[in-house]
Amino acid sequence: MFPEADEQGMPVMDLDSQKYIKIWQGPNHPGVTGNMSLELTISGDEIMHAKTHVGYLHRGFEKLFERRRYIQCFPTCIRMCVPEPDINEYNLARGTELLAGIDVPPMADWIRMLVLEMARLQVLLRMVPGQAGTIGLGLGAQWGLYYRELILDRFEELTGGRIYHMYILPGGVRGLLPDGFKDRLEDNLKKVESFMKDIDRLIYSNAVFKKRTKGIGIIPNDWIEPYGITGPVARAAGYQTDIRLDYPYLFYNQLEFDYNLEHESDVFARFRVRRKDVDTTVDLLRQIMAKMPDKGDFKAETPNVLHWKVPKGETIVRCESSRGEYTFYMVADGSMYPRRINLRGPSYTHAVAVLEKLLINANISDVSPIMVSLATCPPEIER
Amino acid sequence: MNELIDHIKARFPIYDVIESQPGQIFVSLEASKLIPMITSLKTNHGFTVLVIFTAVDWIEDDKFQITYVLNNPKEKQDLGIRVFIHRDDATMESIHHLWKHAATFQRELKEMFGIDFPGSPGVDDPFLLEGWDNIPPMRRDFDTKKYSEETYFPRPGRETNDPATFMKQMLYPDD
Repeated sequence: MFPEADEQGMPVMDLDSQKYIKIWQGPNHPGVTGNMSLELTISGDEIMHAKTHVGYLHRGFEKLFERRRYIQCFPTCIRMCVPEPDINEYNLARGTELLAGIDVPPMADWIRMLVLEMARLQVLLRMVPGQAGTIGLGLGAQWGLYYRELILDRFEELTGGRIYHMYILPGGVRGLLPDGFKDRLEDNLKKVESFMKDIDRLIYSNAVFKKRTKGIGIIPNDWIEPYGITGPVARAAGYQTDIRLDYPYLFYNQLEFDYNLEHESDVFARFRVRRKDVDTTVDLLRQIMAKMPDKGDFKAETPNVLHWKVPKGETIVRCESSRGEYTFYMVADGSMYPRRINLRGPSYTHAVAVLEKLLINANISDVSPIMVSLATCPPEIER
Repeated sequence: MNELIDHIKARFPIYDVIESQPGQIFVSLEASKLIPMITSLKTNHGFTVLVIFTAVDWIEDDKFQITYVLNNPKEKQDLGIRVFIHRDDATMESIHHLWKHAATFQRELKEMFGIDFPGSPGVDDPFLLEGWDNIPPMRRDFDTKKYSEETYFPRPGRETNDPATFMKQMLYPDD
């Protein structure tokens, strides 16, 4: 066995033997997503041991929630995930409504669904062309940013903010769609569709891309449940999971779509699932725009948010983010402040337990593709 | 879901059964009965996914609540299990043998709440806070404001205003 094992079966890696070298990938590295680092022990260019280090971005959000009123938590919670802040808004608003027993008008739920799908599309427009950047094909990422900006323009028009929106609030949303919004979004979707054809030719038909991503970072099917793997990573292993279909929230049960599955479970399969997710999201946005009512009440009556005592209780709320299941656990103690809000994002397991195991015996140049294919996002780990 | 609760009730002393949403039930249990119960739920009742594993500090009762939310992906059910332990002797049995990623949760709980899980791999390794020498920061008696005032110092010459009085002076200077 290489490396040799000790009495407990743990590998013995003596750095003084000069067979092994310890290197750090990150926290500042072009192939690392966000502020995290990997402590790698290598032999030649093969990884023998990997350890994830987080904590470079710890802002103590869960501690801050305890000292803030429910409405004051919104500007904080959205900063937990920079690329996709709306899922945090939705989960926090929905959790507060469930604890306080507030019914949301249907129009607000349709707009929430539109916002969540737009958020998913803008993340995927950054992620799908950007994933080839990990093996040196950075062109797609630069093209993709333009199309992402088109969706951000729509967000700015709707909410006033490009990245952080604070549009979904307890009881509903902040307003109705502006006049002509659907037509402008439809124009953007057409552009995105034609761009995706370019991406298929540039990335998914690229021989180097296929060679570098097929057959590496394979996640066996029996890891899914013990490791708590969710979202596109689980779907790439043929495991049927999608919170929108399994636990329909908002009006997802009125839309027609299916699980995007692949079976190889390697890096390429995970990239393929995300590519299919783009088509699904564009289709869902069209279905939502066709089915949603034009007018209606968009906000339910809520008590004065600055003096709102939410009744005692606890609940969990989950939604499907672009990376997988995103869950909030909320405990209220009957005061104006939440007792505990705990967030569990997909990266909590993907970037720590799964990544550390998956990198063993991988080549050092494959670290970045494997890491990006798992869609690691450090702020979810260090809330 | 009610059949399941009746079945569990016959074998384990659960109390405070609350249905927070359809298909989502929270129950309370004695800490010593936790491992047999979740092992049984995982192997016999299909609760194979660990969704949430966290702690809540009830400082007024001198207790920590540890919450395990298990999910049954086939039946689409969630079961939250609450156990209460004393804050002074915060030790709980490890579940790293049941779920591979449980060790990560336990490492974080040890660091943030000071709850020990003897035998969990790497539980004493720092997770986020390297070189931390204060009380665990997620405990409610940890005062963030006092800590930052003691640890970080304001630049000399910088004025600090109380927001309420400052805004009152700005908006209604004549009052």
